[in-house]
Amino acid sequence: MSIFIDKNTKLVVQGITGRDGSFHTKQMIEYGTNVVAGVTPGKGGQLFENTVPVFNTVYDAVEKTGANTAVIYVPPMGAADAIMEAVDAGCALVVCITEGVPVLDMTKVYPFVKERRARLIGPNCPGLISPGSAKVGIIPGRICTPGNVGVVSRSGTLTYEVVYQLTRAGIGQTTCVGIGGDPINGTNFIDCLEAFEKDPQTKAVAMMGEIGGTDEQEAADFVKNHMTKPVVGFIAGQTAPPGRRMGHAGAIISGSAGTAAEKIEAFKAAGIGVAVRPMDFVELIKAKLK
Amino acid sequence: MNIHEYQAKEILRGFGVPIPLGKIATTPAEAEAIAKEYGVPVMVKAQVHAGGRGKAGGVKFCKTAADAKEKATAILGMKIKGLTVEKVLVTLAVDIGSEAYVGIIVDRQRKKPVFMVSAAGGIDIEQVAAETPEKILYLPVDTRYGLRAYEAMRMGFFLYPDVKLAKQAAKIMQGLYAAFMASGCSLAEINPLVGTPTGELIAVDGKMVVDDNELDRHADIVALRDESSEEPSEVDARNCNLTFIKLDGDVGCVVNGAGLAMATMDLVKYYGGEPANFLDIGGSSNPEKVVNALRIITADANVKCILFNIFGGITRTDDVANGIVTATKANPLKVPIVIRLTGTNEEIAMKILTDNGFTASKDMDEAVKKAVAMAKGGKSA
Repeated sequence: MSIFIDKNTKLVVQGITGRDGSFHTKQMIEYGTNVVAGVTPGKGGQLFENTVPVFNTVYDAVEKTGANTAVIYVPPMGAADAIMEAVDAGCALVVCITEGVPVLDMTKVYPFVKERRARLIGPNCPGLISPGSAKVGIIPGRICTPGNVGVVSRSGTLTYEVVYQLTRAGIGQTTCVGIGGDPINGTNFIDCLEAFEKDPQTKAVAMMGEIGGTDEQEAADFVKNHMTKPVVGFIAGQTAPPGRRMGHAGAIISGSAGTAAEKIEAFKAAGIGVAVRPMDFVELIKAKLK
Repeated sequence: MNIHEYQAKEILRGFGVPIPLGKIATTPAEAEAIAKEYGVPVMVKAQVHAGGRGKAGGVKFCKTAADAKEKATAILGMKIKGLTVEKVLVTLAVDIGSEAYVGIIVDRQRKKPVFMVSAAGGIDIEQVAAETPEKILYLPVDTRYGLRAYEAMRMGFFLYPDVKLAKQAAKIMQGLYAAFMASGCSLAEINPLVGTPTGELIAVDGKMVVDDNELDRHADIVALRDESSEEPSEVDARNCNLTFIKLDGDVGCVVNGAGLAMATMDLVKYYGGEPANFLDIGGSSNPEKVVNALRIITADANVKCILFNIFGGITRTDDVANGIVTATKANPLKVPIVIRLTGTNEEIAMKILTDNGFTASKDMDEAVKKAVAMAKGGKSA
């Protein structure tokens, strides 16, 4: 089992003929993901890599192929529109990889997606992978292995680091979700924790947060009140200066709010095991799985 | 991106927000001339990207033009939170009857811009929020519909029981909201919004912060960027498409990905070192980016050791290795370098590095420990 994506995922790739879109589509196909369609306006009727039909609109792609999930590799100024198109066309899950989406665009996209009861992951995220069954996005497949730990993170490469170490230690994953580093994203920690709690195969969760906002604090409350499965957490940005955007648009300490210290305190208060270093996940998760 | 008070005020004026007359001066003589042109009294206000300008002595009331010249002499060139004042705003002083706070910020929890208004203006709004939250009205706006007239009036009446003032305030709210949306802001505020003894409202101070992700659609805002008020190495990095933040430590960090970059800095600290910077070379790296990253980091005289931490996903580690070799051939390093890389094409990368006399590790923990030791003058392990 896994969350959000599995063997039933039928994927449409928006921006399939672009540089990033084409590269990662090949990787997703290689991993075994069921990529049923691509969309690039004006290139409808072509075949990508001689196998995947390309359409002008997501509507056409969904109608002709029954795609139920969309992944977006379009430039930032077009990303909001791409998300809304996918949702409007009936995709229940939309994963937006694009970095640099204006936050005011997201203030319009977010309620649009919620009102149509779809799920958006991202933007500015690496996507997700259910090892052994499907990957949607850019997480390298070879660092993952099937198992029973759920992984959720605001980061990309930091997630790879932790997942890779888990894999090397023989600890596999149900699903790894990168929720993205922007201030407004479609899916938050709680959404993922809730899904992992319900997933019978997931036995423990590894969670990587960072400075900025209060998502981790709210997630800690959720763990305390609603989760039976053990959670181990890490917060990046203990050395970040206040008021500076640390690469991710959402990774900023505003005034005295959103510091690593307050998030770590919230974790401890909720009984979440705290990984001081990324490499501490291995031992902490091992202990929780016993 | 931050813009100066005088720039924010110009934008707000364009959206119908009443602003006192004012002009920028870079010399005391100019300040005096502006005071003569507009009449006195005036305020002379330091234009730097820092809060607490008043407390630092960067905002002064001047009764005469000669006084404006004198105050400008004192303020120009002074340092506020490490930033040198290059410009002052000379603006008509306003008689103060009341002071209110009006601001909009993108709220992460509500996922909307939220107005914060309070009749307790002129002071730190965070303090008001912490101590007397009942004095603030929070009003989230659905950007799909914009700020509705009734919402603006509700805020107007919250601030002013008098209907004439409430209507004026509502109009200012509409102007502030329009400016906020049109400029792609993450924050816009008027503090204080002054009510004069004669019953007029006027914005005496204005602040706007623009979402960096909006800049591609706002050439007009990009043109307002004041590079003289930024750290030169950060300007250089931005022009090379690198995300770089200078810090005070001595371990220079080159990392791919923001989360891993932060985690690397934290680990440097954990092992007793101090990071010299945050630097993310991004996903699709090319050797050029590595060359620029090394140039920017080695320009910092504090740096005693350079630490590379690369987890190759999209980033090809051989690109990074080639960048290190190219950069160090052109400009031999004066400080030791510790390289950790793993992931995509790591065998090729390792070979490139070894062939050129570098050693590299695959383990993050080990590399960070070594870099900290070397920055402290220890020998390479």
